[in-house]
Amino acid sequence: MEELHNKAKELLSSGAVKVVMGYGKGTGESRRPIFVRMAERASDLVVDSGCTQNLATYLTKAEVCALGRMAIVAIPSTLRSILQLAAEKQLREENVIALAVIDGQLRELATFDAIEQAVATIPDAISEADRTMIDKLVAMSVAERRAFWAAELNRCVKCYACRSSCPMCYCERCTMDCNRPQWIPVASHAIGNIEYHMVRAMHLAGRCVECGTCGKACPIGIPVHLLTFFAEDSVRRQFGQKGGASAKLDYAMSTFKPDDKEEFIR
Amino acid sequence: MAEQFEPKMTAFVCNWCTYAGADLTGTSRIKYQANVRVIRLPCTGRIDFMMVLKAFSRGSDGVIISGCHPNDCHYTSGNYHARRRWMVFRDLLDFVGIDLERVTFSWVSAAEGAKWAELVNEATNKVRALGPYKEIQQLAAVGID
Repeated sequence: MEELHNKAKELLSSGAVKVVMGYGKGTGESRRPIFVRMAERASDLVVDSGCTQNLATYLTKAEVCALGRMAIVAIPSTLRSILQLAAEKQLREENVIALAVIDGQLRELATFDAIEQAVATIPDAISEADRTMIDKLVAMSVAERRAFWAAELNRCVKCYACRSSCPMCYCERCTMDCNRPQWIPVASHAIGNIEYHMVRAMHLAGRCVECGTCGKACPIGIPVHLLTFFAEDSVRRQFGQKGGASAKLDYAMSTFKPDDKEEFIR
Repeated sequence: MAEQFEPKMTAFVCNWCTYAGADLTGTSRIKYQANVRVIRLPCTGRIDFMMVLKAFSRGSDGVIISGCHPNDCHYTSGNYHARRRWMVFRDLLDFVGIDLERVTFSWVSAAEGAKWAELVNEATNKVRALGPYKEIQQLAAVGID
């Protein structure tokens, strides 16, 4: 932590960056995002196991970009988000420095190459509980799965917290907001909610960095992240590509191979 | 005797192969079941996965999606892109509990009039045996647009 404070102080006072995005103390044990712009406030930064939100979401926000060059305290999934955003031309290399906390070690990663190398060494980080839950769902019958998701998604109030918290959901105009045609009904109701979450999963397939921030953001605790995790799994299994592995575009759904293997098309 | 259940089938087909193929079925005077509503689109690449979801939420009991064989796409690669999308979409449909028996994917070329008839008959029979898609229709009935 000391190391991070010193690093942030140094970056801010030398003018190398205008803002350091990181975690600060929230209510109780929770951690919240803070934006440090003065060197003397660098000591507000916190790093511990409570820092689970993927802060990369803020990298594409206009009001944050307007602050100037940024440093971001990065957990492993944040690093993947940075690469995916870079691949999608949403982020310039000279605009961001990642302060990665890997195994308790602070590493300053100033180039996409450095981030790529760091990401390659980090094992995939789906939590044990999420993995078990996905396996459990896959083992169910179709009817049981439908019942599970119908019950879960029925509770969805369409607050769009999952969309807002997702670092990869940066579109200025989203399918959800499109009303000609009205793809997704505005009101929250059973079938529309399923459609909404299907769209989210499909749009994130091959781009999801598996941070699970969407699931944590859900105010009523629907495990919406399982849908995007599953879509990402499907892409990895079938095409061998994954979101956020490289700063060069390698998006499974925008390309194809003539010999893609499927058995269901007759 | 109770009236037999007749499923509503929605077919999303590409203009260049399957639609022409279905046309050939007609001009060859091959009969097939009249349950299917054909929706013609420029290319399978144009078949947004949302269309399939909307078909179900608007009362379809089954969906057929068909286009040009690989390598035959009028736009060179639309069907290849579509195939990738379906590969993931099918997995996801299954994961949220939509019955894959009700979604039929196929390649039908402009010369395969007989295959189209066979495909429609087979898919319709399958869905007829499964019965109306009550589970989704019940959910949809609760909703308002």
